[in-house]
Amino acid sequence: MDASRQDSAGAGSSPEPTDSSPQRPGNACRAAPRNLTRPLVLVLLFLAASTLVSLWVGYRLLDLSVLREDETARALFFQLRLPRVVMAGILGASLGSVGACLQAFFRNPLAEPFTLGVSGGGTLGASVAIALGWGITLAGVPMVFLAAFAGSAAAVLVVYWLSRTGDVVMPGTLLLAGVVVNLIASAGVILIQYIADYSRALQILRWTIGTIDAVGFDRIWRMLILLIPGWAILLAIARDLHLLAMGEESAASLGVDVRRCERLVYIASSLIVGVAVAEGGTIAFVGLIIPHAVRLVLGQDVRLVLPCSFLVGAGFLMLADALARTALASGELPVGAVTAVIGGITFLGLLRRQRRFSAI
Amino acid sequence: MSADALMPAGADALIEARGLRFAYEADRWVVDGVSLELKHGALAALIGANGSGKSTLIRLLAGLRSANAGEVLFSGQPLKGIPRKRLARSLAYVPQINPMIFPFTAMEVVLTGRTPYTPRFRFENRLDVEQALKALAMVGAAHLAPRPVTELSGGERQLVAVARALAQEPECLILDEPAAALDLKHRAALIRILRQLRDRQGMTALMVTHDLQLLDPAFDRVFAIHRGLLLAEGSPGQVLRDEVLSRVYEDPQVRARKLEGRTFVWSGT
Repeated sequence: MDASRQDSAGAGSSPEPTDSSPQRPGNACRAAPRNLTRPLVLVLLFLAASTLVSLWVGYRLLDLSVLREDETARALFFQLRLPRVVMAGILGASLGSVGACLQAFFRNPLAEPFTLGVSGGGTLGASVAIALGWGITLAGVPMVFLAAFAGSAAAVLVVYWLSRTGDVVMPGTLLLAGVVVNLIASAGVILIQYIADYSRALQILRWTIGTIDAVGFDRIWRMLILLIPGWAILLAIARDLHLLAMGEESAASLGVDVRRCERLVYIASSLIVGVAVAEGGTIAFVGLIIPHAVRLVLGQDVRLVLPCSFLVGAGFLMLADALARTALASGELPVGAVTAVIGGITFLGLLRRQRRFSAI
Repeated sequence: MSADALMPAGADALIEARGLRFAYEADRWVVDGVSLELKHGALAALIGANGSGKSTLIRLLAGLRSANAGEVLFSGQPLKGIPRKRLARSLAYVPQINPMIFPFTAMEVVLTGRTPYTPRFRFENRLDVEQALKALAMVGAAHLAPRPVTELSGGERQLVAVARALAQEPECLILDEPAAALDLKHRAALIRILRQLRDRQGMTALMVTHDLQLLDPAFDRVFAIHRGLLLAEGSPGQVLRDEVLSRVYEDPQVRARKLEGRTFVWSGT
């Protein structure tokens, strides 16, 4: 009956707590429940710092004393810079959290809205809506949002349907299907640009690159109506995703309703990505690099990675947008190009590292 | 259907399957009408040739799939009607292959076994961590706790998967070839743990295995399935016989011999 005790002592290189003495010095950190303070403080500090920096820099540096004295500077700040920074934060948070969600759900570290074609689908949907006219709304919700949502949802369904055989989602097929959906979607966008009249075609072109335009708070509120439910779903299923990241069958045996979770991932990710794409165009790779960066610092726990990707994604895109605004002396860069360059290189690095695993 | 149905049908069955049928594609029955009873506190094995439907059958028994026909009762209740969380406290399942993409630590993996006991928005507390450590120590894998599972060998991962199931503190454990990747010593240790848990806590276990040497005398009951049908069931001594095994494996050369209280099985000349 002591066999397993002996066994553990024999196999272990360090003294093991066999029954109830997990508070030994060597095992203290392992025996303690997860400490949430440190990661939260780290992440919030990053978010606060990036918010301040991106509010400060721009066409003109704006600090508190300027804001207090200068009337026009104040107007500039509240009507242009603040909403733009908030928008960048919202988009970054959306993409970061959806990326973390998709990576866990598909058990694929290269999954994100862009690589899976979700952004592509959204772009196509939104292009159709733009070709028909920006201004159209349906019960107060801009048509572009709805069309992008529909496009994203269609893309997720197609990609998932193609890559799932029986119980297994094949990682290779998943990414390949994403690439193909992206190609089809961008071909569709080009066709629409040809058919649409010149000014709208230009509008589409400018928007697909991924820019965060000067927007009023009005538009932000409308986005939030759709985004907040999506975010809430993601946070609510974070634990299910944590279990799914370790395998579908074991998650199911631990009480996760896999089918329901799957539906929620569909709805939430296409809703969030659709709205983000409709507003910001294709901002690629934020959903990829943010979760990876978070995991590097905080470890693998999806229940932690997902909310932290939300916050870090917000901070990251605010900074990227600040860079896009200030990199050129005159005019500005599209933020999508900035993130694509940073993210694309990171993606290649990950791909190279991934060759070590047989996973893909 | 069952050649050696000696046990009378009783109320002491923990898992009871009635006429289970299951097909992945239309009309190709992988499980083709299986009825069986797993008694409380029994250590049982499920044997059969490759592709005979073993894994599918235990998935049905574990509630991971729904049968096309027939039903599974757990403690006398239809499995389908039991809330998932409650079922996960009573029934744990160890999958055959456990591919890991992300480098979760072994501790993180085992801690997920505490999920059925923790509310959705709370992380595991000290008690859960202690339980997880205990489960790891039980399978002799406490030293693996801080290691990323992606760096572990197949056998070590298997131990971690078993530890996770034990952390669920289940009444019943269903294991899909847990011994496949284990070495001689850990195979024996796993069986010892299962027997220990049966004796101390009355835990019930059903284990799919191809390693027939493990069965006699360690197991209480053996179910043999062949092409989706239950071909034989009984004590290891009753099932591990030349004529039964030749039919189970469709191999006339299978031999089973008793030596020093154990039954050894081999095939070929």
